[in-house]
Amino acid sequence: MRNSNGTAMNGNGKRSFKLMIVDDSNIMRRRIERSQNFEDLQVVGTAGNGLEALELFKKTDPDVVTMDLTMPRMDGIECIGQLVALKPAVRILVISALADKATAVEAMERGANGFLNKPFTDRQLNEAIADLMR
Amino acid sequence: MLYEQELKTFVEGTTNFFEVAAQQPASIGSPYLMEGSPAVHEYTGVINISGKREGVVYFTASKAMLTVLLMKMQENDFSHETMRDLVGEVANTISGNARRDFGRDFVISVPSVLSGEKPQIPQKPGVRSFIIPINWRSHSAKLIVSLS
Repeated sequence: MRNSNGTAMNGNGKRSFKLMIVDDSNIMRRRIERSQNFEDLQVVGTAGNGLEALELFKKTDPDVVTMDLTMPRMDGIECIGQLVALKPAVRILVISALADKATAVEAMERGANGFLNKPFTDRQLNEAIADLMR
Repeated sequence: MLYEQELKTFVEGTTNFFEVAAQQPASIGSPYLMEGSPAVHEYTGVINISGKREGVVYFTASKAMLTVLLMKMQENDFSHETMRDLVGEVANTISGNARRDFGRDFVISVPSVLSGEKPQIPQKPGVRSFIIPINWRSHSAKLIVSLS
């Protein structure tokens, strides 16, 4: 359902957001999909590397992306830059094991909006997504 | 050469992984020097390290341990592929977390996985490797850190 501005709405008339999950681990993709508990967030697709993510992004036009960094074919840092170039308003949460500050800073400079280190709890994931959607 | 403080980084990373991802702390034993080819379990996640340090980090665990770990993570797929995925993800997470102390020039590869009949852990001449024993519930696993 969409309102008069063309914005996607859920059944309660609230704005709904489209989520794309990018991670080279199937387990992590399923974990993020299962653990996020936002009724206004609809998973529109998952990708296993940056190149797949770019293709899926063009097809599904997500509003929110969770992005791993260490991936084959195209890494997350490169992919963030390309997604932001396609859609500057996209909100990107990096979910990565890389725990050094320089990597977090680089991801933010490329256009990410949040950074969550692996491993994470369900609560940490949902707080990070909530911050992203504010 | 690996220093005591650097080994502590991997011990802390392993401790944190089990506390957070498995929601149940593991008992991490004292690291000891690897001699010869160590006994490994059915699944071994391998992360190659490059940049300012060169080497390999291995996480090796049994199918039984990985099955329980998957259950604790509310996963319901226990296939061979999922076991491979998990053991690689554990190795990736512990190695990636080590960059908190080693910095961004501690470059980690995407995971590769050894599985099946007694895979061999190669040992580079002149490089000292340490084994960090992990006991979790009734299962044992190892983190093997080999850095020059």
